[in-house]
Amino acid sequence: MTDMNPPNWAAPEPESDGGTVATAPQPGRRRAHAGRDRVLFALRGVGQTLITAGLVILLFVVYEVWVSNIFANLKQDHVRHVLAQDWANGDDPVAGLPGNGASTIPLGTGIANLYIPRLGNDYHFTIVQGTDEADLDEGPGHYVDTALPGQLGDFAVAGHRVGKGEPFLNVDQLEPGDAIVVQTKSDWYIYRVFGDTANGNLAVTGDAPPAGAVVTSPAPQQALGAGVVGREIVDPSDGNVILPVPNKPGMAATGALMTLTTCHPKFEANKRMIVHAYLARVVPASGSALPKELSGGTL
Amino acid sequence: MYVWIWRHLPGNLALRLAQVALLLAVVAAILLFLVFPWVEPKLWFTHVTVNQ
Repeated sequence: MTDMNPPNWAAPEPESDGGTVATAPQPGRRRAHAGRDRVLFALRGVGQTLITAGLVILLFVVYEVWVSNIFANLKQDHVRHVLAQDWANGDDPVAGLPGNGASTIPLGTGIANLYIPRLGNDYHFTIVQGTDEADLDEGPGHYVDTALPGQLGDFAVAGHRVGKGEPFLNVDQLEPGDAIVVQTKSDWYIYRVFGDTANGNLAVTGDAPPAGAVVTSPAPQQALGAGVVGREIVDPSDGNVILPVPNKPGMAATGALMTLTTCHPKFEANKRMIVHAYLARVVPASGSALPKELSGGTL
Repeated sequence: MYVWIWRHLPGNLALRLAQVALLLAVVAAILLFLVFPWVEPKLWFTHVTVNQ
């Protein structure tokens, strides 16, 4: 008889594993249990939801600062490759276009290469036509209604600051006189950031080009000084910063300028950081030779 | 929810862990390749242009 006891005692166990509570069937206690269980269940649900939301946001940050760069770099490589191929085939997307003829270039097409020695010897991006989301995914984008490289007026380019290849991440490090080099099939255009090169003040206007600079753009650079600063922070709605003469609505272009726009502050983007530069030098392209402003340059 | 999923996964511990890893990878891929690229342009902090 005693042999039979252990199996009898063990019998209920599998059931309690299944989650059913094996307490004595007292109705009152059971209701209290159920109520407390519901509260615990709800609290656990809220907790898990919050943790999940936190993890998703964390993953979004990873996407924003890392994964989006991988995608954008692939697109940028493609655009750069296609532009190099176009040039090798004798096609130049910007050739023969007058001012404001820029809009005939298909959006997303590579139009020129951008080098900024201050941001590193390997800093190299291909500028695409257009500033729509899809264009800026590929690289810095040219505002379609603004001048083309080297032309009279303002060659304005927008670029991402954080993620998406982040071409303009360190644009805040540019100092007065820093070279912004733009390469088209036919020419190298060397723009220099406005500001006082003697004391590094980007807010000083009317900086003349460095002594000895060969100025071949249509207008004397001194004429550009009218109120153009090296760097300014503006509201996103302030489109005047990319006018032919920045911040001078209605004024005809007096020289060849370049303007970079990106978001500011980083990760927040309530404002826009704007960098203005003037054309200081033009060198005709010559094979694979680089201009002097770039490391190893000879032109 | 996580407890419910864990209970309904078949197999022993190792098999369950492998399925959890797979599920996490699938969810991460959907977020990274579909949801985030769709949601990102709608957020303000990726905007870099001025109005023309």
